[in-house]
Amino acid sequence: MINKLVIENLRHRWVRTLLSALVVGVQVMSILTLIGLSRGMLNDAAERARGTGADIFIKPGASFTFASGQMNQKYVDFIRKQPHVTHVVGVLMQPVQTVLSINGVNIPEFRKISPEFQFEQGGPPANPEGIIVDEYYAREHRLHVGQTLNLLNHNWTVSGIVRGGVLARLMVDLSRLQDLTANTGRISQIMVKLDDPARTKEMVEHFNQLLAGTATAISVSDFVSQFSINNLPALQAFIWVVVALAVVVGFLVVFLSMYTAVIERTREIGILKALGAKPGTVVGILVREALVLAIVGWIIGLLLSFGAKALIMGVVPASLQVMNVPSWWPIAAAIAIGGALLGAIYPGMKAARQDAIEALAYD
Amino acid sequence: MTDGQTPDVIIRVKDLRKVYHVGDVDVHALRGANLDVRRGEFLAVIGPSGSGKSTLFHILGGLAPPTSGQVIIDGTDLSHMSDTERTEMRQRKVGFVFQKYNLLPTLSARDNIEMARALAGYPPQPSNFDEILSMLNIKQRLNHKPRALSGGEQQRVAIARALANEPAILLADEPTGNLDTENSNAVLEILRYLNQKTGQTIMMITHNPEAAAFADRTVAIRDGVIHEG
Repeated sequence: MINKLVIENLRHRWVRTLLSALVVGVQVMSILTLIGLSRGMLNDAAERARGTGADIFIKPGASFTFASGQMNQKYVDFIRKQPHVTHVVGVLMQPVQTVLSINGVNIPEFRKISPEFQFEQGGPPANPEGIIVDEYYAREHRLHVGQTLNLLNHNWTVSGIVRGGVLARLMVDLSRLQDLTANTGRISQIMVKLDDPARTKEMVEHFNQLLAGTATAISVSDFVSQFSINNLPALQAFIWVVVALAVVVGFLVVFLSMYTAVIERTREIGILKALGAKPGTVVGILVREALVLAIVGWIIGLLLSFGAKALIMGVVPASLQVMNVPSWWPIAAAIAIGGALLGAIYPGMKAARQDAIEALAYD
Repeated sequence: MTDGQTPDVIIRVKDLRKVYHVGDVDVHALRGANLDVRRGEFLAVIGPSGSGKSTLFHILGGLAPPTSGQVIIDGTDLSHMSDTERTEMRQRKVGFVFQKYNLLPTLSARDNIEMARALAGYPPQPSNFDEILSMLNIKQRLNHKPRALSGGEQQRVAIARALANEPAILLADEPTGNLDTENSNAVLEILRYLNQKTGQTIMMITHNPEAAAFADRTVAIRDGVIHEG
């Protein structure tokens, strides 16, 4: 019967109930979308690194950067001469948009090491003015083979569209990009393919001894494992800030909703107390209402997060990548419920402390 | 908490005093009230506004503690009960009928009645309750919410709710105060019929002598003191 009262109370003020659940839902969606974006972007970067087919990356200095050419291209020939090395490809990365870079690469050489480098439309550039885009960039910018694309104040002709998840979204001839960006003879990193992937660890050590601090070698598997939220304390902190804000928002929404309900239902609380409802029963009614709001809000948030993912992946798949992270669904539920319960405590206590006679006289 | 009161006396009030503190002022609502109500009696307490009749209603119903004096209901002394004990007493020993009906607006008439049962920890339908519902002529209206019921119907549902836990006493506070003459008479007839048919002890607070005339006995309350009528 108490459950029936809870449901009927929520139904009675259905607009307030729906709005409260919706705000809780937006809070849940924010958390899930942020987590989905973080994981999606990291996963996309890791997938593109794996998709190169290389066993080892060699980067300049001691820290990795996406900045353009910091490494002499002569390293490519030097590495090629090392034992067990079958292919070596130098890459120049040039940022072009907020989260995108255009990669200059020797495309025929790169095709030899990356079996996943597959054309969905068109093919490799027939001349240095050609550009290859991946499926996500093509979808975001509605590009087709033969269209012109202006990047770096230069008109490129789309020669082919490749499957996503390999090296970069935009790939052009290495020499052309070096000339355009005043990086002649410079590259950003080197991709190395070995005759036997089992020798990767041994060869990483070999390269690091050989390069003696002027450049650093790292296995692709180690490189990929760095794409984890655990390795990005700033991102982790940001996520926890958003989670904390979500708890505060959930708390405030449920608090206001329940507080209003308690004021509005003062007389009903008096009736319940006159009928013999104990303080715990009165608090329990408010807590159950808050729980329903949180659970309905969580379901709405879950659905909204699917909608947000579909929207992002449909409109800006090249700029942002989102994935579903089911392991965070129960965490989001706990956050929503936690915020709601916190929000129900004070109104519940106020209702429980209400004097029955005064409450019955309330108009 | 039991007291060896005379077997046929169900309510005994002795030297009951109640003082409210309103700011710095003490308001003496009851000033040594004495009253005995026999089991199965229909008693009307009549008095003007401010006479202390609502305070008496609240204390007998366990909604407020007395300041001093003795209140025994069905063998249970309320004088020194804690809030929790008074809450438990309200669940089972007392049924309330209020002037403004005080039904829960979001629940149907049936659920309002069952809520009283649920709060006392009883199963939904008491035995022989069908007879009472028929007597109150509300069987056809049980699935309606209060807003779909007339004032008379709401008050009859409130009476059914008050009787749902088979209380020792039924306390009615101005039960006809919000009703027209026809519905007032109907409700008072029902109370009298209930009293005569089932032996339900009823204590009705009113300021209306015509309503009081339906009771077996009337006492008057004035300035916090009860006088036999």
